[in-house]
Amino acid sequence: MVLAMGHRTPLYDNHLKMGAKIVDFGGWDMPLHYGSQIEEHHKVRKDCGMFDVSHMNVVDVKGAKVRDFFRLLLANNVDKLKTKGKALYSCMLTAKGGVIDDLIVYYMDDRWFRVVMNAATRDKDMAWVNTAAREFGRSRHPASRDISASLHVSGLEVIPRHDLAMIAVQGPNAKEKVYQALGEALRTPAGALKPFHAATVGELFIATTGYTGEDGFEIILPAKAAPFTWQMLNEAGVAPIGLGARDTLRLEAGMNLYGSDMDETTTPLESGLAWTVALEPSDRKFIGREVLDKQKARGVPRQLVGLVLEGKGVLRNHQKVVCNGAGEGEITSGSFSPTLNQAIALARVPAAVKIGDRATVDLRGKPATVRVVKYPFVRNGKSCL
Amino acid sequence: MSTIPKDLKYTKSHEWVKLNGDGSVTVGITHHAQDLMGDMVFVDLPQAGTKVTSGKECGVVESVKAASDVYAPVSGEIVEANAALADSPETVNKDSYGAGWMFRLKPANKAEIDGLLDAKAYEALVASEKH
Repeated sequence: MVLAMGHRTPLYDNHLKMGAKIVDFGGWDMPLHYGSQIEEHHKVRKDCGMFDVSHMNVVDVKGAKVRDFFRLLLANNVDKLKTKGKALYSCMLTAKGGVIDDLIVYYMDDRWFRVVMNAATRDKDMAWVNTAAREFGRSRHPASRDISASLHVSGLEVIPRHDLAMIAVQGPNAKEKVYQALGEALRTPAGALKPFHAATVGELFIATTGYTGEDGFEIILPAKAAPFTWQMLNEAGVAPIGLGARDTLRLEAGMNLYGSDMDETTTPLESGLAWTVALEPSDRKFIGREVLDKQKARGVPRQLVGLVLEGKGVLRNHQKVVCNGAGEGEITSGSFSPTLNQAIALARVPAAVKIGDRATVDLRGKPATVRVVKYPFVRNGKSCL
Repeated sequence: MSTIPKDLKYTKSHEWVKLNGDGSVTVGITHHAQDLMGDMVFVDLPQAGTKVTSGKECGVVESVKAASDVYAPVSGEIVEANAALADSPETVNKDSYGAGWMFRLKPANKAEIDGLLDAKAYEALVASEKH
């Protein structure tokens, strides 16, 4: 084994102190769990927990033409963002309509949008955004080799925020615990936020977004303040949660994972993300649009569905799904649902498959029956099945 | 830190074997093995009467993270499987050398037991895997 040190977030030492089992995640040394992944999962569904998501890629895009830039760059339409602080989930596509990454963009003011992208895709995302920004700004300067540096073109600045950390606090008691830990002064500005909104409060950027299907905040803060903030949250009774539980929580919540449920070989239309693609107005020429228009006109051949295993066992990524008479599909995210106490999955299957159908999955050489369901599987602590 | 019981025998595939003194052996997976796998959610064990072959898979443990075969440490016949694990697979995590046992087995050839690792050899194996 080659021992290579991964990137570390400002909270790495906090994780070690709390007994985290550290694993490599997209080049980052991250906590998998702090003892029991399943107990952490239940903690978030029933009380609250905190996740170090500082590995995610926070980028500020500023300037007079920032909205026009995102109209071009994103498959969803930033013109839906009319009130300051509102967030939008979107895919960023290749010219062929494949998904480069999924992201959240926050409209902070007319000259400032903040984007949060995935960690594992950081380099290709920044190369793509910078290329798009240079073409958009008609820049004739040679491209910088350093994609982690800020980029200035006419009317647009792309600023990767390496100086920031990010902590997600999620669960039915998350908000109360945040006020308790970080100050009552937060209650009014943060408590007033509607779902999928953000506001800045002093040095904190507080958003009502998340990846668990529970209430809570995602807090972006100066890297230097992260260890102390993490400690304060822990003292208020917020348990640390690792990436293991993060994955089962998001799967139960029916939220896509980049690289598993979609990538550059799939379009958002065949990844359960049609709701994030704004084809109206038809004159908005976003990157990848032509392919999506064609795919929609011809009929999307594949769809993402939920699966529930009827018997015992665990569904896993890449298992083949045989859909009676409709062809074959593949599990894109399979795991065990601690809330439902059974195996669940997202799977890409032929378009003819219907909700309520039965299908067969090869479980380590044994055929097992699964039921095709609508997802999410769990929202706000309760089964949706 | 995991401690490796001195009175047990071990396999390279991380099963432990306890000699019961009545001609049967009890088999489970080691603390190290359950630690690598994480939270167990499903255990599939051979039924009593099943003939198993040393080094061949005879059961499956699945955690949230991964599935892993359980191998028969020696050839023989299954006498009893731990039925309690079907409803509480987490016992394998909590008490891997005790209540988390997997099955009892009547070895066909007692000499095979001598070929298993002792605690010291197993400790060395675990240490070598950490590097």
